[in-house]
Amino acid sequence: MSSRKPGLGRGLESLIPTESDPTSAVSTEQTASDVGPSMFSLINPDGSVRDRLPVTLDEMKDLYAAMVEARIYDDKSMAMQRQGRLATYAPFRGQEAAQIGAASALRPGDWVAGTYRDAALNWRAGYPWRLLILGRTGDERGGQLPEDVNVLPPSITVGGHMIHAVGLAWAEKLKGTRRIALTSFGDGATSEGDFHEAMNFAAVYDTPTVFLCQNNGFAISYPAAEQTRSDTIAEKADAYGMPGVRVDGNDVVAVMVAVQEAAERARSGKGPSLIEALTYRVGPHTTADDPSRYRDEGELVAWEERDPLDRVRRLLERSGAWNPQWQQVLEQQASQNIEAAVSWAESIPPPEAGDMFTRMFAETTPPLLDQAKEIAE
Amino acid sequence: MTEVNLAQALNGALDTALSSDERVVLLGEDIGRAGGVFRITDGLRQKYGADRVFDTPVAESGIIGAAFGMAIAGLRPIAELQFLGFSYPAYDQIINHVARIRNRSAHRFTAPMVIRIPYGGGIGAAEHHSESTEAIYAHIPGLKVVVPSTPRDARGLVLAAIEDPDPVIVLEPIRLYRAVKEEVPEIYYKVDIGPVRLERQGDDLTLISWGAMMKETRQAATVLEQGGVSVEVIDLRTLAPLDRDGIAASVTKTGRAVIIHEAPLTGGLGGEIAATIQERCLYSLQAPVTRVAGWDTVFPLKRSEHHYLPSVERIVSAAEKTLED
Repeated sequence: MSSRKPGLGRGLESLIPTESDPTSAVSTEQTASDVGPSMFSLINPDGSVRDRLPVTLDEMKDLYAAMVEARIYDDKSMAMQRQGRLATYAPFRGQEAAQIGAASALRPGDWVAGTYRDAALNWRAGYPWRLLILGRTGDERGGQLPEDVNVLPPSITVGGHMIHAVGLAWAEKLKGTRRIALTSFGDGATSEGDFHEAMNFAAVYDTPTVFLCQNNGFAISYPAAEQTRSDTIAEKADAYGMPGVRVDGNDVVAVMVAVQEAAERARSGKGPSLIEALTYRVGPHTTADDPSRYRDEGELVAWEERDPLDRVRRLLERSGAWNPQWQQVLEQQASQNIEAAVSWAESIPPPEAGDMFTRMFAETTPPLLDQAKEIAE
Repeated sequence: MTEVNLAQALNGALDTALSSDERVVLLGEDIGRAGGVFRITDGLRQKYGADRVFDTPVAESGIIGAAFGMAIAGLRPIAELQFLGFSYPAYDQIINHVARIRNRSAHRFTAPMVIRIPYGGGIGAAEHHSESTEAIYAHIPGLKVVVPSTPRDARGLVLAAIEDPDPVIVLEPIRLYRAVKEEVPEIYYKVDIGPVRLERQGDDLTLISWGAMMKETRQAATVLEQGGVSVEVIDLRTLAPLDRDGIAASVTKTGRAVIIHEAPLTGGLGGEIAATIQERCLYSLQAPVTRVAGWDTVFPLKRSEHHYLPSVERIVSAAEKTLED
């Protein structure tokens, strides 16, 4: 259990309930690890708060701005894919809080191993928009991250990357740094054998790894409730001997607090944790998917009411920190950032044929040199 | 210099790697306390500690995936999988991640790691313990695959593999672990990954093999030489990247080639080598290129494995037929 209690959010004092909300699953000043597999949340969908928020008003505004920018990227990507400017795209709409919240809990140098749906997480952890977009245009150079950013290019196969975050964290532990590794994956990935191997290895070797499951309700079409007989994904942590907590994945602060606690635990040598962020994939699995074949649109309406951006906007509005003008400024700035990244990515000339060969090894092998010569002729 | 067998040479190479490079760590099932199922890592945990030599849970995908993460984060992991037939659960990690991260990240992230795997039959082992499916790894872009057949090459190839900036699979011929002995320098030296080793020079015929089958190939060469044939013997040593120039140079000279491998005939590397020979040496060929390989069957259990493994007689007979043309 973390002994740290959320501090008084400077500028957010007016939002603190005078007595604990009887409907709340969380009593005052509990931490994520106190709550365990029952759901930890701090901000209600109507923007009221359940507890003191351990963030300042400025930090809250920054989290909101990041979610706004991420959503604009997501919308832009969907539009570009429809125009034939991007390869298949996997939207994260509805999952902004889980991703922005988690990445906001990391420090520079920490490792991130995520999925194809984690663009917001990766961006917040340092992966530039321009490279994310370049990658989605179908260019391997989109995976060429800056030297100071330890985010792995997204894993496209499901589940294989969780163990990478164990190896990354294990190496940092052996090297004696205080870096940790966070791996993000979906509810579907918890059915993969590699989930078991990764969780077990991490626990056995006490690696500083944070497992973040974004339970978005579906593995393409397969409902999360059919994916497992466990009541929650968080409780699976028990079997491995590590803490597991379930958080409201649409509550950016709750996710951030939960990941901070897990990260702190990892940094102090106490080993891995599992966090289940309960959220919802509002969009299709990818641009090639038609969710009307397998889900009820009524479900969508209920989740749109739980929208991760709306609740923070309402919260900020309640504290007098939001108005439509500011929203417009945010959106304009975000759009400019995304447009600049798109322009950059689309201005990059396509790779030369020979680049395929020189990307394979540090020193291109003789058979590849022969083939590169052949293609050049 | 002392005379050591192939297993001892491998142990010595790992010992040298652990002592000369602090980034080197070993991980695998039973490699620590037990010293590995074939005792290749014997004594290393005692010598370097449980923070360098890790016994792992029984999870091949986990071992390779964790080693992969370690390599990206700057260590030089050497993972052991107990048998080639036990490597298949890790195939996803090897193909989809280990072999690809350099390409996926356009050189930003790399996986300088070594995967050691004992392979091949001939010791009457249980099912899955005698596989010789090296072609499925040699087929994968982004991997290097080496197979030593002598103690000297074993030491040099392992040290080269550890220094290599890309992932290298070291296949270790189980049947030869304790069957070949020679003097091995205790100094740090590398055997280049890539070039074939010309083991014997001759003019009439080239025998091409690697790994455990080098034993029968050498014996066949001796039988043929006793019959007055001048035999050239090539130990491939590196299966990927294939030294096409080295193969072509020899066959251009001799005009005849017999390829010997333990793996099933169909889809085995013999086909790739034969294709290379016809592409590069057709006008020098005096006879069709012949393959002596394992059958396209499941590797049989103890009482039948002598029916499966290519014998000296089969090699000699194939060579004699080639020499008739």
